Amino acid sequence: MNYLPVLIALIKAVLMVAVVVVIAAYAVLAERKIAGWIQGRYGPNRTAFPVIGYIPILGKMLTRLGVFQPVADGLKFIFKEDPIPGHVNLVYYFLAPCVAFIPAMTTMAVLPFGEMDGQPLVLANLDIGMLFLLAVSSLGVYGIILAGWSANSKYPFLGGIRGSAQMISYELAMGLSILPAFLWANAPGSETGMSLFNVVQSQDQLWMVIWQPLSALIFLVALFAETNRLPFDMPEAETELVAGYNTEYGSMKFGLFFVAEYTHIVIGSGVLTVLFLGGWNFFPGLPSPWPGGWVGGVLSTLWFLLKVFTVVFFFMWIRWTLPRFRYDQVMRLGWTVLLPLALANLVLNAIFIALFDNWFV
Amino acid sequence: MAFKILERKPLNWAERTYLPQIITGLKITLWNLFQKKVTLEYPDVRPVIPEGYRGIPTLVKDPKGREKCVSCQLCEFVCPPKAIRIQPGEIPEDADYAHVEKAPKQFDIDMLRCIYCGFCQEVCPEEAIFLQNDFSLSGYSREEMVFPKAKLYEMGGTFPDQHNKWGKKQQAAEEAKAHG
Ligand code: SF4
Ligand code: SF4
Repeated sequence: MNYLPVLIALIKAVLMVAVVVVIAAYAVLAERKIAGWIQGRYGPNRTAFPVIGYIPILGKMLTRLGVFQPVADGLKFIFKEDPIPGHVNLVYYFLAPCVAFIPAMTTMAVLPFGEMDGQPLVLANLDIGMLFLLAVSSLGVYGIILAGWSANSKYPFLGGIRGSAQMISYELAMGLSILPAFLWANAPGSETGMSLFNVVQSQDQLWMVIWQPLSALIFLVALFAETNRLPFDMPEAETELVAGYNTEYGSMKFGLFFVAEYTHIVIGSGVLTVLFLGGWNFFPGLPSPWPGGWVGGVLSTLWFLLKVFTVVFFFMWIRWTLPRFRYDQVMRLGWTVLLPLALANLVLNAIFIALFDNWFV
Repeated sequence: MAFKILERKPLNWAERTYLPQIITGLKITLWNLFQKKVTLEYPDVRPVIPEGYRGIPTLVKDPKGREKCVSCQLCEFVCPPKAIRIQPGEIPEDADYAHVEKAPKQFDIDMLRCIYCGFCQEVCPEEAIFLQNDFSLSGYSREEMVFPKAKLYEMGGTFPDQHNKWGKKQQAAEEAKAHG
């Protein structure tokens, strides 16, 4: 038996996970920095690293930027004492961080991040990529529910309830908002299905956000809710619920929740980029200037990452701008505004496409 | 009347989506992002201590190096958390300031108890105890945080003596002696 393909796939997967986790760690830093800057503070700027930190000007600059902070944070998570409250349900208490962490790490498998000679750069180019993504990423809410329930105390419990209710409400709007994108991406008779790669390829002339601003907006709002970000951070709501579902967690278990949350944000930004911001396509109307071969692959990946970082920045920018919605407002927005809007949007698009196909093509 | 009633207009369609307001908010935060930071980087940059600040209570000496405290124990009595412990002592007959008669033998302030209320400074008839600018102190044990007399004087330093009360008394006594 030939083990080489398995080995290569394994190496690729490990690489991808490593890169995404590092991006997530630096997203935490970016969050703290942006929070600081918006509030007139500096954010983390003290953590120095031996040797690199002592390089005359560069070291000082990196330290001021807080570049070494994630390393310190990570080490702290690993070496901190891990107290386990006496009143928790041990099995589920231990299970919850894993259940939150694994889906966050799994979704990245189907996310294409670049293109090389017309082939997608992706771990698994599934036909049902989007479906897989939706299915797996919504498993993450089980982590929140389990954490909230197993902690056996009121704040995590409330956080868990809110998390599940919110997830259910916004999942619908989210699913409905991406369908128009796929309707437009799939010409009649094509067999691309729900592959994310083809959605990107169909946007080489026109980004979906220009063509489908309403879908993009609904998707964005639902994404904020699904990733539990302010203004929809109901499960965590630190001003009302202490720390929400992860109140009883400490040390690396909390770290897992934390990394999962930020991975969700990074992957969610990636999905938004793929679906509505043209993925690695250059600007709307301009053909992508990526050359063939690996140079093109690297360039397209970098361009894609740039867009993803912009979206991540937008996430943080929103977080430090808007106050949190009240729980009933969140529910009302989800059920009475976003859901009907997404439905109408889908139906209108479908009718429009049908008429368009009948009369013009 | 000096007030004006504003009519509350109903929100128009765009305003009811909240999106324009959100964009305005985003603009404000983005503007703030590039403003000068107001953080005082504490250990490197110290804040300016305002006049009348109540920091650590300290004992002071007068310009001639005499300890001003006469161990009247008023501060010990007034101190709300009972942070001050004084053991009064006598000034020996042959000392320069023998006519002051008393000085503290032991004067401890437990900085862990002190609440920086400033009552001691207010009550002291000799202007011997002052709350000064120092505001950050730390130690490794409770015992260490009970500051003895020597340390309190070291932190207090010397203050000008406006009244020269004991000097005048001494002078008066000498004059009285001279005139018989
Ligand atoms: S510090 Fe002032 S109030 Fe306290 S014992 Fe000395 S003289 Fe009296
Ligand atoms: S400042 Fe207040 S609490 Fe502190 S020693 Fe003086 S009287 Fe006592």
